[in-house]
Amino acid sequence: MPATALRRGPRPGKRSNLSAAPEPTTSATRYRVTGPRVLHSEWGKFWSLRSSWITLGVAVFLLILFGAIASYTYSPDAVATSGPPGPGSGGGDSDAVSLALTGVSFAQLAVGVLGVLLAAGEYSTGMIRSTLAAVPRRLPVLWSKAAVIGPIALVLTTVGALAAFQLGSPGLDGEKIALSLSDDGVLRSLAGAGLYLGLVAVFGVALGVLLRNSAGAIAALVGVLLILPGLASLLPDSWYDTLSPYFPSNAGSAVYALHQSSDALSPGAGLAVFAGWVALTLAGAAYRLRKTDA
Amino acid sequence: MIEARELTKRYGDKTVVDNLSFTVKPGEVTGFLGPNGAGKSTTMRMIVGLDSPTKGSVTVGGRSYAKHVAPLQEIGTLLEAKSVHPGRSAFNHLMALARTHGIPRRRVNEVIELAGLTSVADKRVGAFSLGMGQRLGIASALLGDPAIIMLDEPVNGLDPEGVLWVRTLLRRLADEGRAVMLSSHLMSETALIADHLVIIGRGRLLADTTVDDFTREAGGGGVKVASVEATRLRSLLAGPDVVITSSAGEELQVTGRDAREIGAIAAQHGVPLYELTPQAVSLEAAFMELTRDVVEYQSAPADTEAHTEAHTERKAA
Repeated sequence: MPATALRRGPRPGKRSNLSAAPEPTTSATRYRVTGPRVLHSEWGKFWSLRSSWITLGVAVFLLILFGAIASYTYSPDAVATSGPPGPGSGGGDSDAVSLALTGVSFAQLAVGVLGVLLAAGEYSTGMIRSTLAAVPRRLPVLWSKAAVIGPIALVLTTVGALAAFQLGSPGLDGEKIALSLSDDGVLRSLAGAGLYLGLVAVFGVALGVLLRNSAGAIAALVGVLLILPGLASLLPDSWYDTLSPYFPSNAGSAVYALHQSSDALSPGAGLAVFAGWVALTLAGAAYRLRKTDA
Repeated sequence: MIEARELTKRYGDKTVVDNLSFTVKPGEVTGFLGPNGAGKSTTMRMIVGLDSPTKGSVTVGGRSYAKHVAPLQEIGTLLEAKSVHPGRSAFNHLMALARTHGIPRRRVNEVIELAGLTSVADKRVGAFSLGMGQRLGIASALLGDPAIIMLDEPVNGLDPEGVLWVRTLLRRLADEGRAVMLSSHLMSETALIADHLVIIGRGRLLADTTVDDFTREAGGGGVKVASVEATRLRSLLAGPDVVITSSAGEELQVTGRDAREIGAIAAQHGVPLYELTPQAVSLEAAFMELTRDVVEYQSAPADTEAHTEAHTERKAA
C-alpha cells in the first residue's frame, strides 16, 4: 500500500462495530435517506420528464374536449347512441354530468399510461438501478411514486372535469337535462371523476412496478379497464349481475355517476371497491419490488 | 471496505457467481477482472443489493448495503452507463438522486464540473455519447462523496483523454483513503490503474494478488538477441539457470540473463550484436493464459490447441 494512501485521512476504514458511534466528522455525514426526501426526489423526477407533461396534458385535454363535444352534440332523441359506451353513461339515460364526463374513458387511459410510464419506464431505461441504489430499501420508491402521481392526477383531472362541465353547459342550455354546478350531486360527481382518475394513475404505477414492462403494463391496464367488462358479459347472467358491479371499471364509474343505476354500487362503495383493487395491485407490486432482483 | 464472503448467485441451474470471497481495501485501487460473462457485473449488483445472493454475503463498510442510512455516502457506483432515463437532463438526473439523501444542489454542480459535463448538464441524456454517459455515471458515483467507489467498466467508450482522466481521478480517490474498485476485461488497462487484482472466471476466484506480483509472475519473457555469431554467443551465455532457445538462425531467446549481462558478455568476447531486446511482459497474455479455460464465449479455436473440454465439464481452474 502506498505510504500516501491515507494522506488526507478523512476516511479510515469503517468497522461495523464502530458504526453505531458517530462517524468521523466529515462534511457529508448529515446525508440520510428519508421518506420525504424520496418523495421530493420522485416529485422532481416526474416533472423533469417531457412525457409527463405531454401525457398529463393529453389526459386533461381529452377530458375537456370529449365532455364539451358530448354536451354540444346532445340531442334528446338520440340518447342511446350519444357518446361512446363509456362507463359514464352506464345508467342508460344521459344527464349533464355523464355527458360532461364522457372523456373519462379516454382520460383514464392517458392517466393510467402516465402511471405505467413513471414506473415501468424506469425498468425499460435502466434508471431503476440508479433509483434502487440510492434507496435500497426500495418500498419508499413505490409509495412515493404513488403519492406523487395520485394527487397530481386527481387535482388536474378534477379541474378538467369541472372545466368540461362548465364548457359544456351552454351546449345543454334549454335542454331538459341541463344542470348547474350548484345542483345536488354535481360537484360530488365531478370530484369523483378526479378521484377515480387519480386512483387509475396509481393503478398504472402499481402495474408498471408489478410487470416491469411498459407494453405489458399498458396492455394489462387496457384489459382491466376496458376489455374485462366486455368479456365478463359472456358469463352466465346470474353471475354477471352479481359480479359485474365489483369489476374495477364498474366500481370506478360508480364513483362519478350522478344517478346510480339499480345494479351499480353507491359512490362510496364503488370508491372502496376500486381503491381495494388498486391496493391489491400495489401490494403485488410491493412484493415483487421487495423480493425479486432489480 | 467491501467484503464478499462465499458469495454465490445461481439463476436456475446456472451458477454465475460461485463461492467468491474477496476484500476491497481503503486506499487501494482494486481491479476486478474477468472475461466477458465471468460474473463481474452480477457481483457488483449484489454488492449494492440490486440482486440478492443465493448464498453467502457481502458487506459494504461493515454492513449489508440496504442497512445504511445514506448508501450513496457509503459507496458510489457506476453499474452500467445506461442506468439513466434518457429523457431527463444530466442535472435533473443527478438532482433526483441527490434529493433522496438531502445532498445539496451545490454538490450536484460540483460533480457536474468535476466530470466535465458543465456545458451539457441541461441536455437530455438520451443525446449523450457513450463517453459522456460514462462521465455522468462517474459523476453520480461521486455524488455522495462516498468512502468506496465502484465502477463497472468505467473507461468503456471514453476517448484517450477521458481514459487518462479516469485513471488520474481513481488514483486520487484512492490516495485520499477511499476504496476504489473497478471492473474490466482488459488486463493491460487495469494494470495501469490498480494496486490489487481480483481475477475471476466463470464466477470463481482465479487470483487475488497485487499488480506487482502478477507482473512478476507473468515475467520471464526473456531477452531476444540477434547476432551473426549466434552459435558462439549461445555457448558464451550458457550457464546454470539460463535457458536459451532459438527460433531463427541468428536469433536467440535468452531467459536467466538480463540484457545488460548479455551485452557485457558479448562485448567482452567481441561478438557483434544487432539486436538486444528485453521481451516486454505481456500482462494481457498472462491474463488470457489464466482465464483461458474459463472463457464463457470462446471463439472457434484459431490456434492449434482446441479446448474441446472447455465446453463440457470444467474442473476448478
